[in-house]
Amino acid sequence: MSELKAIRVAYGEALASLGEENEKVVVLDADLAHATMTATFGSKFPERFFNAGIAEANMVDMSAGLSTMGYIPFCSTFAVFGAGRAYEQVRNGVAYPNFNVKLGMTHSGITLGEDGGSHQAIEDMALMRVIPGMTVVVPCDANETHRAVKAVADMKGPAYLRLARLPSPVFEEDMPFEIGKANVLKEGKEAVVFACGIMVATALECAKRLESEGISITVVNMHTIKPIDQNCILKYASGCNHVITVEEHSTIGGLGDAVGEVLLNNKCNVSFKKIGVEDRFGQSGKPEDLLEEYGLSEKQVYNQIKGVLNR
Amino acid sequence: MMDIDELKKICREIRKDIINMTADAASGHPGGSLSAVELMAGLFYTQMKVDPENPDMEDRDRFVLSKGHAAPCYYAVLGEMGFFDKAEFKNFRQLHSILQGHPDAKKVPGIDASTGSLGQGISIAVGMALGAKAQKKDIKVYALLGDGELQEGQVWEACMAAANYHLDNLTIIIDNNGLQIDGTNDQVMSLGDLSSKFKAFGFQVLELPDGNNLEEVLAAYSISTMEGKPKCILAHTVKGKGISFMENQVGWHGKAPNEEERQQALKELEA
Repeated sequence: MSELKAIRVAYGEALASLGEENEKVVVLDADLAHATMTATFGSKFPERFFNAGIAEANMVDMSAGLSTMGYIPFCSTFAVFGAGRAYEQVRNGVAYPNFNVKLGMTHSGITLGEDGGSHQAIEDMALMRVIPGMTVVVPCDANETHRAVKAVADMKGPAYLRLARLPSPVFEEDMPFEIGKANVLKEGKEAVVFACGIMVATALECAKRLESEGISITVVNMHTIKPIDQNCILKYASGCNHVITVEEHSTIGGLGDAVGEVLLNNKCNVSFKKIGVEDRFGQSGKPEDLLEEYGLSEKQVYNQIKGVLNR
Repeated sequence: MMDIDELKKICREIRKDIINMTADAASGHPGGSLSAVELMAGLFYTQMKVDPENPDMEDRDRFVLSKGHAAPCYYAVLGEMGFFDKAEFKNFRQLHSILQGHPDAKKVPGIDASTGSLGQGISIAVGMALGAKAQKKDIKVYALLGDGELQEGQVWEACMAAANYHLDNLTIIIDNNGLQIDGTNDQVMSLGDLSSKFKAFGFQVLELPDGNNLEEVLAAYSISTMEGKPKCILAHTVKGKGISFMENQVGWHGKAPNEEERQQALKELEA
């Protein structure tokens, strides 16, 4: 896991190769094509790339209209605008009629960095998760992003892809990818950690460190937030005493709550800890400093897991 | 083309349907449905390439009711044309009905976009027109908007895009009845010089002094589009048109007629 590559860069490549395979794929952006990396697709397939200008609401509904003409639109901007500003367009224009629109939203979470809290979406998973029929996928690395793009293109109906900005570790082994089916990266006895996005690599590093201290924990890559893999959650929660979730998102409404709902609904008698952004906005800073400030650095996540284990 | 007197009769039937639907449901939006009758009926009966027997026909023309609250008028037109059984009118706004308070594309044959949240329908229509162009297909796209709806900023985002992409296969029709929920447009939020605004946004603008006059409406529809430009038909209409006590009355935006009012309205339409 030495190579670093940004998930958004992989997104751009994945769209470009998907465009080759499927002529029904069209891409829309709102003047951020060189940041979301949809420009890669745009330069390859200019006739299937539409820049909507700085008008996200119109972009999302144009995607809805394009989908009714048989296209598979991928619609991209920063997550804070795509899931936030255009929320009602996603809800009423896309999801309510169950249109086949894919929302590939980048620069999610606090690791967007220096642009600050105004641009850091920490609530987008929550917003998208409550919409009936919306699939929510958060790829953990560049390789998984390729598979996730393909998978959401192959399914019918609306899907939200949450994509990070910064270069992040790429897993060496190719993992299988099926929407709604979590990937277990490591099995252990004392706790299970469900992570998504760039926090999967962090969780795995923490697990390795704990392993060297004789503490074994399970790490699950929960790439699909909705539909959540209930079977996986119950299987691993029943095998240990502690369930921990790690996400670069508010601890309200995201992965943590999706997992917690399953535990509560099934009367799981385990301790439960959500690690994420604690009900506050982000701010400007270097991404690594922000991770530290918000309790999501490797050291901090390790300490929090250790605290749960009381070791 | 259909005989104009025949179409006038159909418009009268559509008005009756609107009155009956809203009265039966004891809710709904009669005012803005009645103002749009000639605009919508004229379009569906004389312009659009659609087939009630085959609502999903490939390469059909598309219509988006951006002012989704005029659903009773839309349902009446589709029902009269035979897209679904007119017996459904009775179920308007009732549990499990295909005829939701605002159009639901999942449920109604012939409806291609779910609308009701104002400002969104025009963007969806722009996407449709863009898709038709990209496929080099001769598909015309129409969107009907309310004048109050033009207060939504998204409408102007969509207009900008329509001109930018040279969507001469797109026609937007403004049902300019001058009234909205809280009062006249001018009391709530003045719209200013709409004709100049649409022109400035790159539209070919046709202004209709009387958008409830079928001859005028059909004449406007038959004017061919300028190459490379989207078309805007700015139709001045009367809210509540055809029912004396509803005409130009703000209060009839979202209020259904009671039994007595229904009977009087139907009597006026028979006269």
